[in-house]
Amino acid sequence: MPKTLAVLMMDAPYEQTRTTTAFRLLDAALRNGYGVRVFAYEGAVSLPLTLQKAHPNAIHGRNAEEEAHPTPHVWVSALMHLAQTKGLMFDWVNCGLCVDERGVTDVVPGVRRGSPADFWKMVAESDNAVVIPTR
Amino acid sequence: MSRYLLIESRDPFESNGFALRCELAAALVADGAEVAVFLVENGVLAARRTADLGELAQLARLRVPVLADEFALRERGITADELATNVKSASLDALVTELGNGAKALWN
Repeated sequence: MPKTLAVLMMDAPYEQTRTTTAFRLLDAALRNGYGVRVFAYEGAVSLPLTLQKAHPNAIHGRNAEEEAHPTPHVWVSALMHLAQTKGLMFDWVNCGLCVDERGVTDVVPGVRRGSPADFWKMVAESDNAVVIPTR
Repeated sequence: MSRYLLIESRDPFESNGFALRCELAAALVADGAEVAVFLVENGVLAARRTADLGELAQLARLRVPVLADEFALRERGITADELATNVKSASLDALVTELGNGAKALWN
């Protein structure tokens, strides 16, 4: 049975480099054959928000396609797809209170609503855990 | 024996986070633990030989392995020959392996 890692993320999209690092870590875990459980807390619940839109860059004269602006919800979907193709677990739980505070209701299919107790369960059911705190 | 993975993301010249991590590493080693330090994001600025950080030298004396995220190094234009002698460039795969082997991770 593949090992599983639990990861807690806190930063909102487009705020910190560590969001990119965290996504790279999730990607590396899956590519190395690990299942992944993610608990998104505070601003991180907005990462799978499907209302995020790529935009053009008027300063550099690039349209939206040329700009290829990254949207974290696409990364979440891509990680889910990667896990599916590799037959690995990828479970993403958004903190419910954090969701309500921010009105983040339109999220990537498969993202679940939960509470910090779910993170406790994730840690208990995983081989290891890492908390990526906000700065 | 406990194994700890200290992940440092902060610029050592901007915050004292790196110094505190090294202090923690020394305390853990003194307590008999195995410790590794993984530098990510602006934390890799500490990896440069010319940064001349006493804390990095202390980690070398303690034989604490120091890894630096190759992606973060490339982002900042830091090449392998600029790294301090006790720092190795590594992908996040190495971090995943440490976690998979049960290292207790502390992310700063």
